[in-house]
Amino acid sequence: MLEFLGIFTTVEFYIAVVQMTTPILLAAMGGLIAERSGIIPFGMEGMMLMGTVGGVIGSGLTDRVEVGLLLAMLAGVFIAVLYAIMAVSVGANQVVTAVALNMGALGLSSLLYVLAFAGGKGEVIEDVIRVRAMPLWKIPVLGEIPFIGKVLFNQYPLVYLAFFMAPVVWFILYRTSWGLKIRAVGEHPHAADTVGIHVLKVRYLTLIVCGMLAGLAGAFLSIGAFNAWQENMTSGRGFIAYTSIVFGRWEPIGAFLGSFLFGAADALQLRMQTQNIQVPFQVMVAFPYIVTVIVLVLSGKSAKWPAASGEAFKRESK
Amino acid sequence: MTELLRLEKICKTFPGVVANDHVDLEIKKGEIHALLGENGAGKTTLMNCVYGVYRPNSGKIFWKGQEVEIHQARDAIALGIGMVHQHFMLVPPLTVAENVILGLPTRHEPFLDLASVEEKIFESGQKFHLKVDPKARIWQLPVGIQQRVEILKALYRDAELLILDEPTAVLTPQEVEELFLVLEALTEHGLSIIFITHKLEEVMRSCNRVSVLRDGRRVDTLAIEDTNPQLLAKMMVGREVLLKADKTDLPPGEVVLSVKELSAIGGRGLPAVKNVSFEVRRNEIFGIAGVDGNGQTELGETISGLLRATGGKVTISGKDATNKTPFDILNMGVAVIPPDRQKLGLLMNFAVDENLIAKSYWKPPFSKSIFLRKKEIDKFSEKAIKDFNIRTPGPEIQVKLLSGGNQQKVVIARELSKNPDLLIASQPTRGLDVSATEYVHKQLLAAREAGAAILFISTELEEILSLSDRIGVIYEGEIMGILPGKGANILEIGEMMAGLRRSNTGSEQPKKEAENASEASA
Repeated sequence: MLEFLGIFTTVEFYIAVVQMTTPILLAAMGGLIAERSGIIPFGMEGMMLMGTVGGVIGSGLTDRVEVGLLLAMLAGVFIAVLYAIMAVSVGANQVVTAVALNMGALGLSSLLYVLAFAGGKGEVIEDVIRVRAMPLWKIPVLGEIPFIGKVLFNQYPLVYLAFFMAPVVWFILYRTSWGLKIRAVGEHPHAADTVGIHVLKVRYLTLIVCGMLAGLAGAFLSIGAFNAWQENMTSGRGFIAYTSIVFGRWEPIGAFLGSFLFGAADALQLRMQTQNIQVPFQVMVAFPYIVTVIVLVLSGKSAKWPAASGEAFKRESK
Repeated sequence: MTELLRLEKICKTFPGVVANDHVDLEIKKGEIHALLGENGAGKTTLMNCVYGVYRPNSGKIFWKGQEVEIHQARDAIALGIGMVHQHFMLVPPLTVAENVILGLPTRHEPFLDLASVEEKIFESGQKFHLKVDPKARIWQLPVGIQQRVEILKALYRDAELLILDEPTAVLTPQEVEELFLVLEALTEHGLSIIFITHKLEEVMRSCNRVSVLRDGRRVDTLAIEDTNPQLLAKMMVGREVLLKADKTDLPPGEVVLSVKELSAIGGRGLPAVKNVSFEVRRNEIFGIAGVDGNGQTELGETISGLLRATGGKVTISGKDATNKTPFDILNMGVAVIPPDRQKLGLLMNFAVDENLIAKSYWKPPFSKSIFLRKKEIDKFSEKAIKDFNIRTPGPEIQVKLLSGGNQQKVVIARELSKNPDLLIASQPTRGLDVSATEYVHKQLLAAREAGAAILFISTELEEILSLSDRIGVIYEGEIMGILPGKGANILEIGEMMAGLRRSNTGSEQPKKEAENASEASA
């Protein structure tokens, strides 16, 4: 039974931790910016799903990963803008809108995949279509360090971007006037409005950033760690990213730790599956989600949400 | 003095309401100009038109002699107009400095440069008696200091005209005095101030000129030297007002509420009520005087069961009521007017009729088994609306849509229509205008005549003096002394409110001191 402890001695496990953390972290950073401006980033799952298919289509049709990444961002932004129109401009209920968009993205991503690779005939694609995936970038010198070099500095470019985003988001939030506006809009939009801040503009922009990052997070799944697409490829990682934000109390460093925790849980279940350990496969797959529930139960009560999160902003009638 | 702002024939209507009706107003440089009027007279609406929150339907605004168009707050700020709203527009988790520069370009966009802002805030603080720690977070600051931050925010944007909407409503008497000092310092530096209020003493105390609004129209503008409180009250309300309540002599009946050596711990974990003893009888108003925050709210809450007593005993109509649930106490014939009607007194999103039966909906005639009886509820609420003169378009209207005075009438109607044996009225006139205050006073006196024992908690000494049969003065949770209401000496009560002297608990006091006190007051 204890043989699974052997997992912790392998370098592959730690590489997997970093790689499983990456999509959650990328999405969490985008969602964090959005929620600090007062929009619940519940639609991240849909943005990520669209990112997975955008990435695979771009890379598959042009054989260039950059095009895949660009298309993934656009696809994420597409959902984000739809969400913004509903949640920010119209003032619809954010959770309901997000649920609808997530379900819509699930269907739309499959449709786009079929349209792109079955010549527009809408046929069922039987075979897995392999596309070009991101190369590993080995960082000179640092990449040579034993163990750490392999885990941290011989990774995909999006891994570096994800880990770089945490301090960047922190800096934007706390050391720039942009961040000050975002925080003010998320806590007290009326006060922000009276000093001349465009509340709706700020919320649109944060959602677009969220869409870009969540789209990239999706692309990491389809053309980063993997080189093909499958339906519902994110399998709830957008929600897990949101959980990381709650776990981290809406602070970039906290959300980083949260993403890392879930990434580690994910990596552990993957490694356990390959180790042929006598635990039912479903239990292992469920493991990260069980961690999610436990974390939410533990942190939910004392969590301090941005005060205006989830509330549409409307000026008094003129 | 030169003219800074002039309004010409400003009209503003909302669906079904004329809020401002051809209002003219002129503000001079360096003056404190009071805008006096009852709630709903159109003071705030008029100022919101100046500040760009609303667009007037017609009329002109002149700034320094030039006609200007103010479409939004940004335009007003750019001209040099600052406004401190009644509900502060500050972001609680941000620091003072962050709130002050919010929305302004920084020196090296987009990078924040808080150190230089903090220094500038400190300098303005020195200049205008506005001392604030620029690094403190807003939620940590008392409201009086938060108000300073709002003023600093306007000054940082180079305001030449500062509009203050009911600035004293949230302040303690000491903070009010400090605010007046700040305003004087500001006018000495050439700023003009528009002071929205419905409190006559404040107008007389601090303003140069006063414009009175009534029903959306400007009644008149007067220099302070040419007016007096009685005249202003008449202009404001449109009829003679009783600034002093009309009270009949009634012998007190049997003891209803008896409080013995009561102690309780307040919200901050510190003792808030310490060893308090007193009795309230039928046909008697027992006033609790004291500066806000001295445990009077907690005293009311402990008696009504919202706060746990840590010692002592509460007896209501001979029955032990110590640490009973609010529900049990309610059923002992106790009515409560809580100090914050919006948080504790009413369900703001509920209709008027639902609020009226909120403390009796489960009982006949309003309920039969699990069903509400609409007919009975309608009958009751229509009668209550008529009897208590609640101005509402109908019983099904949400309470949050009513004015503050009418919201309080809903609370009073609910509490008094059950003819309570004991009424705990905690700050029942807070935030109300002259007419509504007069109304509440009349209702309290009517309840007294109907045989209720009334515990009347207020921070307004005037109304304590005019209504109470006996007065207990509270300071830091302790009763400093109990005096008869008739012929009570303001100076003596004032000293006790400041914790200076404890008179004998009872009605007598040393003759010599009484003489000294009356000499001092004369």
